Amino acid sequence: MCQQVVELITDYLEGALSGGERARLEAHLAACPHCSEYLAQMRVTIELAGRVEPAALSPAARRDLVHLYRQWQAG
Amino acid sequence: MVEDAELVERLRAGDEGAFVTLVDRYHESLVRLATTFVPSPAVAEEVVQETWLGVVRGIERFEGRSSLKTWLYRILVNRARTAGVRERRTVPTDVVEGPTVDPARFDGTGAWSDPPEAWAERAEERLDAEDLAARVRDLIDGLPENQRQVVVLRDVEGASARDACALLDLSEANQRVLLHRGRARLRRMLELEMGKG
Repeated sequence: MCQQVVELITDYLEGALSGGERARLEAHLAACPHCSEYLAQMRVTIELAGRVEPAALSPAARRDLVHLYRQWQAG
Repeated sequence: MVEDAELVERLRAGDEGAFVTLVDRYHESLVRLATTFVPSPAVAEEVVQETWLGVVRGIERFEGRSSLKTWLYRILVNRARTAGVRERRTVPTDVVEGPTVDPARFDGTGAWSDPPEAWAERAEERLDAEDLAARVRDLIDGLPENQRQVVVLRDVEGASARDACALLDLSEANQRVLLHRGRARLRRMLELEMGKG
């Protein structure tokens, strides 16, 4: 059961499970601390991915793009 | 913070400042997405430059039916796909069904025999820690291309499932499979990291 549950985590989070499937999965999670931990780990992984900060635009890159813009406006 | 909609209007009016603000806002996200399609950072930068050119040329035609961000991504993906093909980069569609957790970690009944050590709470407490976020950024770079594309769009950029499917030309089911495999791989890599204490 655990082995199947771990493969259904994304479907679960995406709301892609049927009502019955979701109920069975949640019942398992309530009874299984390992799968609950697995779900928590997936959730924190997703949250960390969401916190990835893009590198700041370098001044050189900004200059290049402004140049591109001015060329386009002129041309 | 100036709304995208206002920037679009100002850009249509030829306001260079609006262009610079847009670039500051989106350039690095576009580069990150481009690198999931093309082999080198240099090519990715070229693709994004072409994208910006496409943006200024096409801004008159942008009707605002999608968000500006989605529209930017669409232009980028089109350019990146062309460049990817040009650079002979093949994008295998990894929808092979296979376990995302090592089967050796389960017993004959399918229950955990080698369960995950608890670190989710520790990681939650460290969410603001720059090092952890930077680490995850590196780990994402190590994902297989097609998983990375979905994870970057969905989890990093916050695009909807529908937008991700449209941009990457994937069915909802395929997109979910790639998302699942990418996330599971990241979790596993984090597990190894967190295990180092």
